[in-house]
Amino acid sequence: MASPEPSRIRCQGITKTYPAVVANDNVCLDIKAGEIHALLGENGAGKSTLMKILYGVTRPDTGQIWWDGKPVTIPSPAKARELGIGMVFQHFSLFETLTVTENIALGLPAKEARNLKQLARRIQQVSEYYGMPVDPDRYVHTLSTGERQRIEIIRCLLQNIRLLILDEPTSVLTPQEVERLFHSLRQLADEGCSILFISHKLHEVQTLCHQATVLRHGTVSGDCDPRTTSTQDMASMMVGSQTTLGQSYPKVQSSEPLLTLQNLVAQREDPFGTDLKDISLTVNKGEILGIAGVAGNGQQELLKLLSGERLSSGEMIHYQNNKLDRLNPAARRKLGMAVVPEERLGRGAVPEMGLNENGLLTGFLEGLLNRGMLRRKAIDNFAERVIDEFTVKTPSVNAQAHSLSGGNLQKFIIGREILQNPKLLVCASPTWGVDVGAANTIHKALIALRDSGAAIIVISEDLDELFQISDRIGALCEGELSPIKPVTGLNLEQVGSWMAGVFNETESQPRSKEQQQELALS
Amino acid sequence: MDIELITNVLFAMVRSGTPLLLVALGEVVCEKSGVLNLGQEGMMLMGAVTGFIVSFSTGNLALGVIAGMAAGIAMSVLFGALALGLRANQVATGLALTIFGAGLSAFVGTAYVGKPLTGIEALHIPLLADIPVLGPVLFQQDPLVYIALMILAAVWLFFRFSRPGLMVKAIGENPESATALGLPVLTVRWLAVMFGGAMAGLGGAYLSLAYTPLWAEGMTAGRGWIALSLVVFASWRIGRVLLGAWLFGLASIMHLVLQGMGWSISSNLLATLPYLATIVVLVILSSNASRIRMMAPVSLGKPFHPST
Amino acid sequence: MSLLSQCLQNQWLSSFSLEPRPQESQLLRYLSPVLAIVLTLLSGALIFLWQGQDPLIGLHTFFISPISDSYGLAELGVKAAPMLLCAIGLAICYRANIWNIGAEGQLLMGALVGAWAALQVMDSGSRFSLTFALLAGSFAGLLWALIPAVLRNHFNTNEILTTIMLNYVALNLLLWAVHGPLKDPNGFNFPESALFNDSVTLPIILEDTRLHLGLMFGLLAMVAAWVLLSRTFIGFQLKVIGMDASAGRFAGYKEKKLVYFALLICGALAGLAGVSEVTGPIGQLVPSISPGYGYAAIIVAFLGRLHPVGITLASLLMALVYMGGEMGQIDLGLPLAIGSLFQGMLLFYLLACDVLIGYRVRIKKTVAATAAMPASEGA
Repeated sequence: MASPEPSRIRCQGITKTYPAVVANDNVCLDIKAGEIHALLGENGAGKSTLMKILYGVTRPDTGQIWWDGKPVTIPSPAKARELGIGMVFQHFSLFETLTVTENIALGLPAKEARNLKQLARRIQQVSEYYGMPVDPDRYVHTLSTGERQRIEIIRCLLQNIRLLILDEPTSVLTPQEVERLFHSLRQLADEGCSILFISHKLHEVQTLCHQATVLRHGTVSGDCDPRTTSTQDMASMMVGSQTTLGQSYPKVQSSEPLLTLQNLVAQREDPFGTDLKDISLTVNKGEILGIAGVAGNGQQELLKLLSGERLSSGEMIHYQNNKLDRLNPAARRKLGMAVVPEERLGRGAVPEMGLNENGLLTGFLEGLLNRGMLRRKAIDNFAERVIDEFTVKTPSVNAQAHSLSGGNLQKFIIGREILQNPKLLVCASPTWGVDVGAANTIHKALIALRDSGAAIIVISEDLDELFQISDRIGALCEGELSPIKPVTGLNLEQVGSWMAGVFNETESQPRSKEQQQELALS
Repeated sequence: MDIELITNVLFAMVRSGTPLLLVALGEVVCEKSGVLNLGQEGMMLMGAVTGFIVSFSTGNLALGVIAGMAAGIAMSVLFGALALGLRANQVATGLALTIFGAGLSAFVGTAYVGKPLTGIEALHIPLLADIPVLGPVLFQQDPLVYIALMILAAVWLFFRFSRPGLMVKAIGENPESATALGLPVLTVRWLAVMFGGAMAGLGGAYLSLAYTPLWAEGMTAGRGWIALSLVVFASWRIGRVLLGAWLFGLASIMHLVLQGMGWSISSNLLATLPYLATIVVLVILSSNASRIRMMAPVSLGKPFHPST
Repeated sequence: MSLLSQCLQNQWLSSFSLEPRPQESQLLRYLSPVLAIVLTLLSGALIFLWQGQDPLIGLHTFFISPISDSYGLAELGVKAAPMLLCAIGLAICYRANIWNIGAEGQLLMGALVGAWAALQVMDSGSRFSLTFALLAGSFAGLLWALIPAVLRNHFNTNEILTTIMLNYVALNLLLWAVHGPLKDPNGFNFPESALFNDSVTLPIILEDTRLHLGLMFGLLAMVAAWVLLSRTFIGFQLKVIGMDASAGRFAGYKEKKLVYFALLICGALAGLAGVSEVTGPIGQLVPSISPGYGYAAIIVAFLGRLHPVGITLASLLMALVYMGGEMGQIDLGLPLAIGSLFQGMLLFYLLACDVLIGYRVRIKKTVAATAAMPASEGA
């Protein structure tokens, strides 16, 4: 990538301090024209802060940025866009109730977006040129996550982009969609656009990127060429030691069923939700069943039906000798079920309540009540036990839940459920946004619970995680469940095609043209 | 019923629907931007009392109308300062605005209770006014009725065709995304709140200057709240606001109609009609939860924190 | 417009900004009402000045002279009692995030039905006449609150709007009753019921004053609510669904039952307040039973931090505002509505001061550069 011209963007000595933490400490970054540059680091390493600084969302305390060799300040996203910097956030900036064209129009300067018909034509042209077709007249709420991401990228491409920042873009895609995205990104880079690719997935960085900068605890821990560096080396730059990453646990086989879903069907409740179609599965005592799938394919609905937040009609959920369909969450809890929802704050815990009261939230069967009266002492003790056994870092049992870091709160919530000795634990995204240390604690606790004979269902988007801890895996796509197979002997591609809705191995013809295309690419 | 009675009833319906139409229009814009202002009643009262005092003191009705709107805006700024500036709970702030407006209007209006005023007179629109039924109903009204209908058309066009209209909708759905795109969330919300204030002030001034040209404590009699229900009734769609305003207008003059038809029912019992009608309508429209979720601005009532 | 907007926003951001506190400040939670009261008094002084009064004399007339003798103090209790009952009920609702604005209507219905019951039984000579009237009134308030509860639970209808509408309906029903069925046939056509006799009148608890048993009801309710909210699992569940309904649903709390529980208790308490007014200081059914006690109770509940003890203090303050308003009218010739003006200001200032619980204010010298962005994971 040697080039006589100056770097597309270069920054030096970037430091940003927040009241509690130094998010970026003397960070340097250098991206050439047409280069696909990876920014690696685990959660909390300072990746988000750096990219917010580059996109003008946040201002650094100190440090200098050069754009095409000239020093610049980027005080706002508008200025960043003016320079030619585009950004796709992990959480899309899209409006569900507006059309694709209207969404894109709102992100463009007023004069470029005056004529919506003309804009729709441009959208179509650009999207097809880069192999990311979208229908400009569709309402966003009817689109899949992959299609939504395309809108975000196209919105950037319509603005003479010269640096595209993508924040964890593959976390919401199936492996096949990832391939398609990489294809488009390579085409873009070949045309001279620089790309900053933020990720913590090493194999993706190896296949796509020309350069990588690794962040750890807010500082640059190394630069490398990912095409020639081993994943182990990159991993050690990321986390500082080689033992913590990618640890797999012994797999077990079990055949004593605990919970069975029989042809579970459910209409969506939310207008933007998914219908569940004919889901059947069995989870056995002493095993972890992993359910993969891109978010929004029925995971939320399934979790609510399992937890009892939503009731089903008929006899579709069997648990030991009970039919759970009409039982509310409290009744299911009495039968030994526990659930860890995806949203830690605002479902798993009440943000403004202390940890002690958050322990009581679901732990009320653990002797914390005396004829409907609260036993304050016992309530504090229960929370303290969770804090001790799961190494939750907190100033006190009175600390409000929202004041804890994501990892610590997640340890508390999972600990709260595990200490109730559940026979069945259902977990959604147990380590989402959690640092490696906490993730390891959580994984070990789940394995220990499994080994003690409990059945566990883990619903997660993170395939690596599922392969690490599950004994059997299935995937959800558009409300349908794939076959479930033991992890031993299962490969990533197989689960990937399940996630894309191709369930039948013997089926020679994939279901649609689009899927055929996806398979061809993968 | 003869045609003359029907004409009279429809005429009265349009008249009594007009303040509801104005207030509801203001609130729809406000809610579409994601702000729930329950202070309509208080803003209306301030509009009514200010309009009356200014007109009474200057003898100029137009000035009164403008002053009423200004009072509504001033009240809405108070709301904005708390709900937008200080991120206070919008429901509580709206309630406070209503209680405060009721108190302040009663306070400044004490000396004007029972004072006579010649109200805004009807303006016949040439030619159109002569159409049978439709003419008297729609084109022999006072100027504020026409202005209300023009504002309705303007708001409809605004949301249908303009980029700022699109912006308001986007901000009401997802202020975080809107900020990420560089849309001025707070500014738009401020303007929407102030428009709501202006409309509520105008609606109040309509009551004290045209509908019943006098000032009485609490004279809005819950119209601000009915207008809020009207927004739910209209499912946040502009066209249906008009339909709703007229329907509620009809409900609020029903007691006159029934008495006119010779029914001997207590006027107090009949006066409960518009309130009961409001409840019935709310129940019918709210019972489909997913429909409400589909139509209501997603971020409605949630305070927005515009910084990292 | 975009230029204007830019200016507005920059101005706003540059003058000061709010920074979330890592933990909510407990100190300010209790200091905020005091601050709000001080600000209201200062504004009150300005209003007196504007009205051509000496602010010190004005404030004295308003807040000191009404309670400068024992009769005044007793009268304070008379006025505080209905607001205390209503506000205790409202606090239970507001803890659960149920926006019941209908205490006024529930109070009026309690008064109306309680008065009807009293008129039915007062000549029977039964020992239980008063109890019957009180129960009837409480039950009427409860039933009136049942309507919004049913509508919210089963028809998804916003309780703010329904309770407000029911307030207006209740007021009109009261007017209808005093002009019609309950009008005293020997009352010279005044819109009033017959006077109650002793068998249906609340006993006076302090001689030579009007202080009646209603205040005791209020204090009992206070203690009961205190235990309920701070010591019982039901109180905890109410708090959870109020702070975070989805956490409550996740934990399996029965939201609908809790909604019924809170609203019905509030209705019964407000109904009791209403019937205590007609069987207490008023002694008959009249059109103007309540000078907006049910609405003032909203302010009382917030000012008292939704805590029974705080509410007790706040109800006394609010009673003082009512008495001060009357005093100001008599002694200084000020409009009676100045009392409601003070109430409104108090609530406004309280909401503004409450911001300090969760945020601290930062004065910024430079123009704030951090535009907003979605809260994404981690730093």
